[in-house]
Amino acid sequence: MTDIQSLRNDFPILNKQLDGQPLCYLDSAATAQKPNKVIDVIKTFYQDENSNVHRGLHTLSENATVRYESARETIASFLNVETREIVWTSGATESLNLLAYGLSACFNSDSVIAISPFEHHANIVPWQEACQRTGATLLVLPMLDGVLDEQGAIALLKQHKPDVLAMGHVSNALGNIHPIESLISVCKAIGTITVIDGAQSLLHLRPDLKALDCDFYVFSAHKALGPTGVGGLYGKYQQLNALPVYKTGGEMIREVSFERSSYREAPGKFEPGTPNISGVIGFAAAIDYINEIDPSALQRYEQTLYHALLEKLKQIEGITVYGDTQNNVGVVSFNYKSEHHYDLATLLNTYGVAVRSGHHCTQPLMKMLKVNGTVRASLAFYNNQDDIEHFINALNATIELLD
Amino acid sequence: MNIEHITKKLSESHGWQAKYREIMLLGKQLPALPDALKVDSALVSGCDSKVWLYLDLDENAQQLVLIADSDTRIVKGLLAIIIAAYASKTPEQASQFNAYELFESLGLIAHLSPSRGNGIRAIVEQIQAKAELLK
Repeated sequence: MTDIQSLRNDFPILNKQLDGQPLCYLDSAATAQKPNKVIDVIKTFYQDENSNVHRGLHTLSENATVRYESARETIASFLNVETREIVWTSGATESLNLLAYGLSACFNSDSVIAISPFEHHANIVPWQEACQRTGATLLVLPMLDGVLDEQGAIALLKQHKPDVLAMGHVSNALGNIHPIESLISVCKAIGTITVIDGAQSLLHLRPDLKALDCDFYVFSAHKALGPTGVGGLYGKYQQLNALPVYKTGGEMIREVSFERSSYREAPGKFEPGTPNISGVIGFAAAIDYINEIDPSALQRYEQTLYHALLEKLKQIEGITVYGDTQNNVGVVSFNYKSEHHYDLATLLNTYGVAVRSGHHCTQPLMKMLKVNGTVRASLAFYNNQDDIEHFINALNATIELLD
Repeated sequence: MNIEHITKKLSESHGWQAKYREIMLLGKQLPALPDALKVDSALVSGCDSKVWLYLDLDENAQQLVLIADSDTRIVKGLLAIIIAAYASKTPEQASQFNAYELFESLGLIAHLSPSRGNGIRAIVEQIQAKAELLK
């Protein structure tokens, strides 16, 4: 078994005291904490290596360019795809906007875009905008008791043969792992382009995109131990390169005259301007760090923690847990009786417990669950049994204050 | 409920849990708004929780009349403090009143920072703006 305590020591923030209490960080679905390796790489870059990429002939610029481009190789090999199939963006949100804009060039009033009911607003609104521009229709797959209705979804896909299926691998609000393998294979048979939002799955599931065989996959570095403000987009090369450019500017061009401009091939044509160099290098350091840890041991550990948390939570009378508790990356989304999630989270914070409360940028899902929000505790491998004890004790004390 | 009493109660509570307990008790004493008045047009925008606020002028006494409610206990308690602070003030007095100083003195300033998202700032700004119009 992996030594969790020694991994925890790699994350300096986990030793932090808040108001004299140890931090109990259960908000990794919002953003994961960063190991020293990532923090050090970013610091060293600005201290010793800072330079722009793809521009200079001088040593620093050469080195920065090599680091920046080798980071692309790092993430590509992590996802088991080709290096030229990775585009750097500011994160999953920008990647989805790039895709919705690019793919909508082929939409018309007969087009159908399918999404799941669990989607983050970032995977709803860009498609809604595309539908408004083109007259296409947004189709929402069905759900049963907080879990995707897989058979219903497959039937609906076969019936409507959408142009695009855009859905999350893992629900950010509930932690559900969706059966995307079966949906992708249905989509292949009916000619539907698949866009998978991997923001919540990259760290926990380490997907092999060649095996998944989706057309596009988007991700954010900060949910996977990396820095904020950087992320990426994977696309099967032919399809990626066929997308129209979304942002324009320097660096992405081949030739510019006042009459017309021509663009580089993907991924370059989607990366105008000076990129987030330190972010990309920091992200690669995060992937290097993850690569050092045995994935199956880590997944087993996360599942053990999750089920311990779930069991303890269910023992508290009046708690309602939402979502799929069988296939879950380690998120408990819950409410207590009719208490407001805001009060619960505010009081939990007084005990040093960091959770998220609210609609989790999934207002349509909350409406379907008939709640105005939930409290969400989300785990990562750097959490331990003490965190769970800490959280449950704080929750019991909170409930006592409220009752 | 008067503001001196609230200030005393809160200053006697040590630790955040005790403060929040006091705040929630203040909220409990605030009369609930009838459902008919919980309409979207009365919602204060910029709040994470729902806050309904009505503000008018008692023409005879030339004093502000405030009623408000929230769907969360803590924000409702904070509303009780705000109402106690502004009630019985003339519009002139209200527009000169510094709610931030009050929350600072109560040790609750964290609730006025924008990042808290609880909209106390939005509520105070709305009251100030309306008081300005009633002057």
